Amino acid sequence: MFRTEYRKIVSVLSYRFGIEHIELAEDIVSDTFLAATESWSTKGVPDNPTAWLYTVAKNKTKNWLKRDNFFQQKLLTDLRHSIPEGEEIEIDLSARNITDSQLAMIFTVCHPSIQAEAQVGLALNLLCGFGIQEIADAYLTTKTVIYKRLSRAKEKLKEAEIKIQQPTVTEINERLEVVLKTVYLLFSEGYYSTSHNTVLRKELCVEAMRLCYLLIEQELTNTPAVNALMALMCFHASRFDARMDNTGDLVLYQEQDESLWNRELIERGEYYLHQAGASPVLTRYHLEAAIAYWHTHKEDSAEKWENILDLYNQLLILEYSPVAALNRTFALAKARGKKEAIKEAEKLGLTENHFYYSLLGNLYTDIDNGKAIQHYETAWKRANTPADKALMEKNIEQIKERLNS
Amino acid sequence: MNEFLLVFRRDYKTKEIQPSPEQLQAHLNRWREWFAELKKEDRLARPPQPWESKGKVLGHDKSVTDGPYAEIKESIGGVTVIRAESYEEAVKIAETCPIFELGGTVEIRMAAM
Repeated sequence: MFRTEYRKIVSVLSYRFGIEHIELAEDIVSDTFLAATESWSTKGVPDNPTAWLYTVAKNKTKNWLKRDNFFQQKLLTDLRHSIPEGEEIEIDLSARNITDSQLAMIFTVCHPSIQAEAQVGLALNLLCGFGIQEIADAYLTTKTVIYKRLSRAKEKLKEAEIKIQQPTVTEINERLEVVLKTVYLLFSEGYYSTSHNTVLRKELCVEAMRLCYLLIEQELTNTPAVNALMALMCFHASRFDARMDNTGDLVLYQEQDESLWNRELIERGEYYLHQAGASPVLTRYHLEAAIAYWHTHKEDSAEKWENILDLYNQLLILEYSPVAALNRTFALAKARGKKEAIKEAEKLGLTENHFYYSLLGNLYTDIDNGKAIQHYETAWKRANTPADKALMEKNIEQIKERLNS
Repeated sequence: MNEFLLVFRRDYKTKEIQPSPEQLQAHLNRWREWFAELKKEDRLARPPQPWESKGKVLGHDKSVTDGPYAEIKESIGGVTVIRAESYEEAVKIAETCPIFELGGTVEIRMAAM
């Protein structure tokens, strides 16, 4: 509840004060929660804790404005246009204004002048209410690194004088793509992170989906691409519990226990994919969501792999990436056989990429096991994480066992 | 039984090390459990009282500034009065206090005659 309310109040205050005073907003909110900790630990939690927090946040804001003359002058100059003479500043913490503020904040954080990595950090901090420590855990780095990164990004926002305001139709068209990219990055950070903190990783995924839902709820931002991204995240998230064992190690798709797949999320995904298909627009999220949809059918079938292959072909035309090219080749092997896939794979020549060798290892298995082992060994050398290395060792082991028996 | 004043201090200023909202919420729960435990064992000499985190400081020349002290990082997070036989016992009780999770300290003073 602290985290949820934190991000709501920060958004509302920043929306009210403007980006120049974002630190003040954060200070007031931190102070509010500190006061709650003090008071509730001795007196007990009040009947309506949210109302308590809102009242205290409002009072602290007013006290701040009264106390700090310098600040009052500066802030009031900034706000003058919106406050009638002689009236006290009002902080509107209604549900409507909270949503508006958060939406405005998403478009601020995802401003093109901010680097993608910093955007995700800012989103985690300002839009999701994560602390420095939690963000550092997610990125497997130190608090100092994250603190600096966030401070720099906030400076950037201030320098660029980006307004926190309701995005116009033009701005939505211009920036929605960056917004979606950030939301997807946030999701991927949780989904693919090598951090063993499963609870935290899951929360990142949930937060990304929440932000996406916020966009779906607004008429202007409820576009096919937003729905497609939501579908994609639902399909992926449905396997969250199945793709990790008790120790937090990765379980490969083929070895996953299907009964652990979350049916409800798959159904939600199907719903959003259907919504996304309501217009002829086709984005990478549509294609990726459709690929993810087929992966919710575990059983191999000609139909499944032909469809996936076709979708990857379209995706590569729309937006080439080495990962998509490798995945497309895997789909080709499933649809048309390994021999054809090997020919295509070797044309890719992605010799810097350990997934490339891992794919070749897979394709050569049972066709030329000597070569398969060689490729897996190269992949092992290039792999960056212990998890990837362990996987390669396992593959080599399995081929050797088969050769011996 | 003697009465002991416990003064909890922690660095509330260095931004980098402040707990996240989530951590603060967990921390709050630990304080509640701690006070509940003290109450159960009849250790609380006064009902717990929260104090505002900021106040006023009077300087040597009686000039008034907004507190806590700007010069030192650590400031008082709270005070409470407990019952214990001796310093030894008071220290034992204070050791279980949640302030240490966030790098704080406890100062203990026995009520003088």
